[in-house]
Parts: sequence; C-alpha cells; structure tokens
Amino acid sequence: MKLIFEKSREGRCGVSLPELDVPLRKGLLDSELVRDELDLPEVSEVDVIRHYTKLSCRNFGVDSGFYPLGSCTMKYNPKVNEDVSRYSGFIDCHPLQPYNQGCLKLMYHLEKMLCEICGMDAFTLQPAAGAHGELTGLMIIKAYFSDKGEIRSKIITPDSSHGTNPASISMCGFETVQINSDDKGQVDIGELKEVLDSNVAAVMLTIPNTLGIFEEDILEITRLVHDNGSLVYMDGANMNALLGYVKPGDMGVDVMHLNLHKTFSTPHGGGGPGAGPVGVKRDLSKFLPNPSIVLNDDIYEFSNSSKSIGKVRAFYGSFGVMVKAFSYIRALGSEGLRKVSENAVLNANYLKERLKGDYNLPYDSLCKHEFVLSDEGLPNGVATLDIAKRLLDYGIHPMTVYFPLIVKGAMMIEPNETESKETLDNFVDVMKKIRVEIDNNPSLVLEAPSNTVVKRLDAVKAARELNLTYKRE
Amino acid sequence: METPADLRYSKEHEWVKLEGDVAIIGITDFAQKQLTDIVFVELPDKGRGVESGKQIGVIESVKSVSDIFCPVTGEIVEVNEALQDNPDTINKDPYGEGWIVKVKLADKTEVDGLMSTEDYDRFVSESK
Amino acid sequence: MDFIPNTESDREEMLKVIGVDTVSDLFGDIPSSLLTGGLRIPSGLSEMEVKDLLRKISEKNRTEFSSFLGAGSYRHFIPSVVNHIISRSEFYTAYTPYQPEVSQGMLQAIYEYQTMICSLTGMEVANASMYDGASALAESCIMAANITKKKEILISNSVHPDYREVVRTYCEAHGFSLVEIDFMDGVTSVNKLKAKISDKTAAFLVQSPNFFGCIEDLHKIEQIVHSYGALLNVCVVEATSLGVLKSPGSFGADIVVGEGQGLGNSVSFGGPYLGVMATKKKFVRHLPGRIVGGTTDKEGRKGYILNLQAREQHIRRERASSNICSNQALNALAATVYMSSLGKNGLRNVTSLCLQKAHYLYNSLLEAGAEVVFSAKFYNEFVVRVENAKKFNLELLNNGIIGGLELGKYHASLLDCMLFCVTELNTREDMDKVVDIFRNLG
Repeated sequence: MKLIFEKSREGRCGVSLPELDVPLRKGLLDSELVRDELDLPEVSEVDVIRHYTKLSCRNFGVDSGFYPLGSCTMKYNPKVNEDVSRYSGFIDCHPLQPYNQGCLKLMYHLEKMLCEICGMDAFTLQPAAGAHGELTGLMIIKAYFSDKGEIRSKIITPDSSHGTNPASISMCGFETVQINSDDKGQVDIGELKEVLDSNVAAVMLTIPNTLGIFEEDILEITRLVHDNGSLVYMDGANMNALLGYVKPGDMGVDVMHLNLHKTFSTPHGGGGPGAGPVGVKRDLSKFLPNPSIVLNDDIYEFSNSSKSIGKVRAFYGSFGVMVKAFSYIRALGSEGLRKVSENAVLNANYLKERLKGDYNLPYDSLCKHEFVLSDEGLPNGVATLDIAKRLLDYGIHPMTVYFPLIVKGAMMIEPNETESKETLDNFVDVMKKIRVEIDNNPSLVLEAPSNTVVKRLDAVKAARELNLTYKRE
Repeated sequence: METPADLRYSKEHEWVKLEGDVAIIGITDFAQKQLTDIVFVELPDKGRGVESGKQIGVIESVKSVSDIFCPVTGEIVEVNEALQDNPDTINKDPYGEGWIVKVKLADKTEVDGLMSTEDYDRFVSESK
Repeated sequence: MDFIPNTESDREEMLKVIGVDTVSDLFGDIPSSLLTGGLRIPSGLSEMEVKDLLRKISEKNRTEFSSFLGAGSYRHFIPSVVNHIISRSEFYTAYTPYQPEVSQGMLQAIYEYQTMICSLTGMEVANASMYDGASALAESCIMAANITKKKEILISNSVHPDYREVVRTYCEAHGFSLVEIDFMDGVTSVNKLKAKISDKTAAFLVQSPNFFGCIEDLHKIEQIVHSYGALLNVCVVEATSLGVLKSPGSFGADIVVGEGQGLGNSVSFGGPYLGVMATKKKFVRHLPGRIVGGTTDKEGRKGYILNLQAREQHIRRERASSNICSNQALNALAATVYMSSLGKNGLRNVTSLCLQKAHYLYNSLLEAGAEVVFSAKFYNEFVVRVENAKKFNLELLNNGIIGGLELGKYHASLLDCMLFCVTELNTREDMDKVVDIFRNLG
C-alpha cells in the first residue's frame, strides 16, 4: 500500500485554522533560527481518513478475533472504559493546573484499591509500563539498601523470566544471577540456596511464572530470601490469575509491579501506552517516586518524600490508563475480580487438556491463566513459527512463540476470561486441523500464511539493507 | 563443510590461524550455521590490546546476538572492515574472506593450548 | 458487570473435561494459607452507574477555563480526524506488531511516523516511541554513555525541572555522574559549560526552546560540545516549535529527544504522552526501543516489520540497549494522523499562530508594566516578572482564566516570575482580559 507521502499533492491541507486575531509582526525570530524546509505530506481530510482507515483494515486487534497471546493478557476491553476515559474533565485537565481534585481523587482511590488487591501498603502510579515499573521497583530496592548502608549488587532471577527482568536489572546497575527451573518448571530451591549470599539484593520472580505455573514453594522461597536479608520482587504481569484469590503481599512479596493495562483492561494500543504501577510494603514506601498523593481534610494533595528515588517520568503517570483501570475495577467489584481469575484459569486448563493429546506439553500440571506447548516431535520439519503463521490463515492471532526460552519451540497460550467456550472449541478444532495438516500436507503449514495481505517478510533483508524512513525518489 | 586441518579452535567456536607471530581469527562454520544469517558485526578498534577469553566484538543475526571472544593474548593489528558492509561474508566463507581480526601474539606458544581439528570436531559432536 | 461469557453449564462441561469437580480445585496448587476470602472493594456497578460515577469525578476538575499553562504539557487544537482514526479498534485493541502479516496497518503507520519525526528533528533514524520526553532524555544518557564509553553527563539547568529530576534518577541507578550547568539570562551559560566539560564527558543535555521558553544558541553549544568529543543531546519539549524552528539535526545534534504530546495528543493530566527519540544512522544499534523497517515478502510485495530486534530485551536480555517493551504506539499514531492532516502548511500555520499570539501577550504585558526577565528569542512560552505572581494568578482564576506557571518554587531567583504559554487556542479576547486584570491589580 502507498505511503501517505506518496499521496501528497502540493497545496493540499486537511485542517482549517482561524485567522490570526492579533496584528501580524514580522521578524520575531532571526532568520538563522527559522527552518526553510519541512517535509510533511500535503493531503486533504478525506485522504487522511481513507489512508488510515485502509491501514486499520490491515491490522488485527482483540475486536477482530481470538488473541491467545501468552503473557500479554489480550482480553476483551469493555467499551465503557474508552468512553469514560475521554471525558473532557479528564483529557483537558492540565497536569499543573489548580482545580484538579477529580484526577487526584481517582488516583488516590485507585492506589488504595490496588493495595487491597495486592496486599501491599503503598503504590505509585508513575511508571509508564511494566518494564518501567520493574526499573522503578529495582531503584527502590537499591535505595533501600543504600539507606541502610549496605551494598548489594546482585539480583537473582529464573531462566524462565521475561526478557525485561534482566534488562531492567542491568539498567539499574545490578548484576543478574540466573537460576535454572526444576523439572516441574518451578524455582529450584537447591540452586536458589546456593546462590543466595550477602551480596544478593533481591530475588525477582514472576508469579504465576511464564509457564503459567504457580510456585508451590513460594512461602519457603520468600522465607529463605528474607532470612538472607534480601527482598522479594514480584513481576505482576500475570496477576490476572490471582485476583481475589491470592494477595502477593501475603506471600512475602516486598516490591511488585502490575501491568495495569493488561490485568485491568486497557487495550494495548498496538504497542502502548501502558502503565506499570509499583506496590511496596510499608518500610519501602518512603522510597517511592515523588510525588505521592495524600488526603488531608477532604483535600487531595501531592506530597514529596526526601528519601524518594526521584521521578521516573514527567508529571504523574499514564493518567488515561488509570481512568480505564479505575472504571474496570469499579464495574467488576470484588466478586467480579474473583471471577476474572476463576475464568481465566478455567479457560486455560480447558484448552490445555484438549490440546495436550495433539501437541507436546512439557509441563503437565495444573496451570493458572496460561500454559506452554512445545514443537518437540513434530514431523516434516514443521516448527512453532509455521503453526503460528498457519493460525493467521484461520483468522486467529497466534500465541506467543519461542518464549519462555526454556521450552523448545515454545507456544505460550493465554485464552483470558472474556472468551466463551465456543471460541475455545473453535481454537481447538483449528489447532487439531493444523496438526493433521502437519502430517498430511505440511507445505500448507510451512508456506503459511497464504491469505494475509503480505506473506512472510524477509527479516534478513530488512536488517542488512536498513530502510527505516521513506525517501522521496 | 569440513573443519580445516591447519587451524586451531576454541570452545567459544573461534578458529585461529598462525602466520608468523600473527594470529588470524574468525568463527567456525558450525558457529555461523548456529547463528543463521548474519546481519551485523561489531568490530574492535585496531591497535587495542586484548587478553585471551575477553570479548572483542559482537555478531548479530536476526534472531540472536553472540559475543566474539578473543582466544589469544596480544595486540589487534588488523580488523576485517569489509564485514561492516558485507557481514554475510562470514556465512559464505567463514574460514577465508570471513576472518574477523588479526592479533599480534604476545606468546606464540599460546596457540598450542587450543583444540586441534579432531578435538574440535569431537567437542562439537558432544555438545550437540 | 463482569464481561464473562461462560455460563454455569459451560463451566460444568469444561470442569468435566479438565477432570476436576469445582473451580476452586483449579487453585489447589496454591498453599491454602494464602487463599483470601474476598477483597474489600465495593460491589460491581452497571455500565450506567460506572459512567455516572466517572463523570462526577471528572467534573471535580475544572476544564472550561481558558488557560496559559504549558511547561511540558501543551494545549493544541486536535482535528476531529485524529480521534476518529485512533478509535479504530483494529489499531487500539492490537498488541505490539510482532506478527507482521496481520499488523501491516500499525507497522506502516509507525514507519510513516518515523519518517515524519526524522523530518521534524533533522535526524536520520527515529524509533517507534518512548514513554515520554523526560524518560527519553534519560535514555539518551545511557545511549551516549554506551557510544562514548564515558560515564559523565552534563545537563543544562534550563532543562524542564521534571526532566532533570528523571535524568538524575536514571543516572543514579546507572552509576553515571551528573553535572548541572547553570543558566544565565534564561539560557545555558556557555562559560560555565566550557568550564565543566572535559574529555570525560559523554554528553551534554540541552532543551530548546528551554523550560523558560528561551531558544538556546545551539550553534555555539555544538562547537563546544563536539570539540571535547562529547555527544550533543537536544531535547524538544514543545514539539510544534519544530514547525518553525530550525531542526536540532541541522545544528549537529547527535541524539534528539522530545515530547510529542503537542502533536495531536491531549494534555490528559500528564499522560499518556509520546516520547520522541531520533539519532544519526551510525548510532542506530544503540537506539533503544522498537524500530520499524521496510522489506519485501517472497513474492516481492513491500511490507514492514519490527527491525533490529536483536538490540531489544526479549533477545538480548541483560545486555539489551534498554529494558523498554511497551511504548506509546497509539500516541505515535495520533501524532502521525495529526501531522498528516496539518501537513507542511497546516503545521506552519499553527506555529505562526502560536508565535504571533505569544508575542502579542508578551508585549502587551510589558506595556502594562510587567518586567522583562530574559532577553533570548522565544517561540510560544515566555517569562515575565510581576509584583505578586500569586495574587495575579488568583485574580485571573476568579475571572475564569488559568494564568502562567509561578517559577519561584523551581528557582528561588525567579520569585514572582511567571511562565506563560500561548497557543492557537488562546484568543485575543482572553489575552486582552489577562492584560486588563494585570493593569487593574494596582
């Protein structure tokens, strides 16, 4: 499809603006400050609408169909959240203006509800995404030890962890110590004991982990870590399996982040925006980013802590995402939140049972909101990527592929609570059909997709012959 | 592709060819196949001193990134600048045009500590 | 309201397939001491009730006022097309485009975005977005340190205070030393910069137009910075300024970061915003975040993919160029549609309105007795000193106007100084009212 630049015609403009209502003054800027070139497309309003509408038709969202992308929690996002987040009182409120009590009230109460859901004592809403939350949480851990006059340089994380975990650890100036998972897909306690020394600041765990498995020995793990004077960090990306059932704070978690947009239903926006609030236990609350929000005599106010790590972004966070999360939590209420995890777990276990006869299931145990299959043993040279591409032909978004790294050809499937049994059954039928194709007509799978707007794209060419911007011919 | 008999090999899958007191270094055919299509090579600066076992560069394919470790100690006297524009030379000719750096050795006998062709072939088949 | 389609009988059937009796059996792997009975969260609400509740909360904010606040968050007119396009759920309910065959829409839009950002900033490559301008500036320090292999960052004190704070937080975590360079007459003190910069410096960070609205002398700064082998990281917080001002790239900037909110995104109480990041082609492998690239499929059709992924956390883990994963794709889409709608002439028109009106208010306030504070040229934000800024702002509020930002709390030397921001949304009538109120303060 043509680029918007290729549709440009000199002199066209898609917007009309009012006339200047003050006397025009020339020479306000020196000529050496003023640009003469500005290469933007010149198109009419209808050109813009048709171009981007056509592009949208070349995109697949949760509203288009089933999206069992593991670890990404692509649940259906209620439309009411979209509407309320666009109220003028929210989107037109300037971050530095007075008369902001509505925004502060919403943030204050969202924090309180997150504390209750997670069993934590305080939350900051400032981080802009899950990975940003990880970084913030690790900065808090660093500040905690430095406040105590201790230098601890290592963070332990399992080999099944999200790539953001070790990346955040490095960004915070810590060293990653990776431990292997045991044959149940859980933390190997023996190995953990071996690496826990006085230099370990924290252990960073995803619960349930990226195999969708709950750490059965979590209480022993957190005890060991605390006995070592270290802290427990929980990557809360998978919190949708625990809502109303388990509070991370009760497990001994000291610091955690939530992927607010995943668990509490902000659509992913084609890559963002998200929000990654960080919750902590009381001892750590003074290190949270500034400002926090306090309630004094019915007035919501900003408050700064002198021990704070500082700020991790301008202003206060992804406010628009907070509105959606607040609206979602209030719509569901206590019972609704519990039903989210119940149905997310039910749907995942149902799919797992129905698919394990056709595909290799390396960890056959009760799962939480997701599970992982492997391409181990598939005939005719078919691998996970081929199955993912074949699903596209059937109008289903693929699962997460090749993650976690500890499973060969991983296919990580997360159905979410918002999908019906019919949708799941259809997915099972398609997966079984693909399994038959792999045996009888493998080229269908190996050559897939065949009915998308483009076929498999040449990633090697893209990397070798960098083409990152449009250049006029 | 056969593993050339006149070279020495490291456990990190680099090969070393001795020419006088200069070691020519590249990655093995096995390594380039593991990496698949190489799209970028980050090379060290000429003139820099290196120690055996230290990272001197990075090789990037579409799906992975690997360090290049220097199997010997000495000074980098030449780098294969042609790889900047044509990183796939390593895929096409790992033991020839795809060489990566030349290191002037501090101690020529250091090379004797590396694996022979037979040892490397055994090492590869065992690690598969 | 719980948005769950499965009925009781669906659940029964599914449990039977799984081979357990009840849903609670599915949580049998969790130590029973950890299971909670319930949450102290109010009961659920119907859609009508949710709307009513949120509307009431939103109305506790006052947004009908005419406003002269900027300082990192800019009120601009957003054409209707922007919200119509970003409301297409094929865009906003999609995940990151890891499956390019069904994500060509978002991928092409980001490719167009990258092209527009390069055009605005005068750089060769741009990424698909960062969280916001401040975190992008902080990431530019890490990038500069990786490129130069040095660990000292210099930052001008005329950079937005939130941005400086974020840079400080990141530098502390990373173990970089951070040196602040004072401003003189509203712009970076070139003498102080010369005194502090050395061959240990990785980068100098400067904002232009800066926090005070003043346009920095990037030409002079560039010569100093590059003579020490350091990188010049330029930050643009009011993105529309690039519609009229020469690009940082044309002054020799190495990394350009910025806040793209002003390009079609609402002020939204500070977020979500749009972090812009662009650099020279030779530094592309150090650029954090996602980058879209063009390629072809096996039948020769053009298409787009997430390129150079080996830099990113999901492949390189602890050695990634950054930990960033989620970004601000939808905000970048809004900016793309905004820039397309306005085009070259529309954006020039917006910037001309901002520039002219801001100078109108500035000159009117000076004529009415406000004092000049800084002598540098400005775009649409400026500083004036009044006798009592607090009193002035209160009086404006009483008349339905949100005035300028009081700078005393940011810089003690700027007590009773006010930072006004004027955009195309401010009418002459509002500005004349501001000046009248100022005159009548006595």
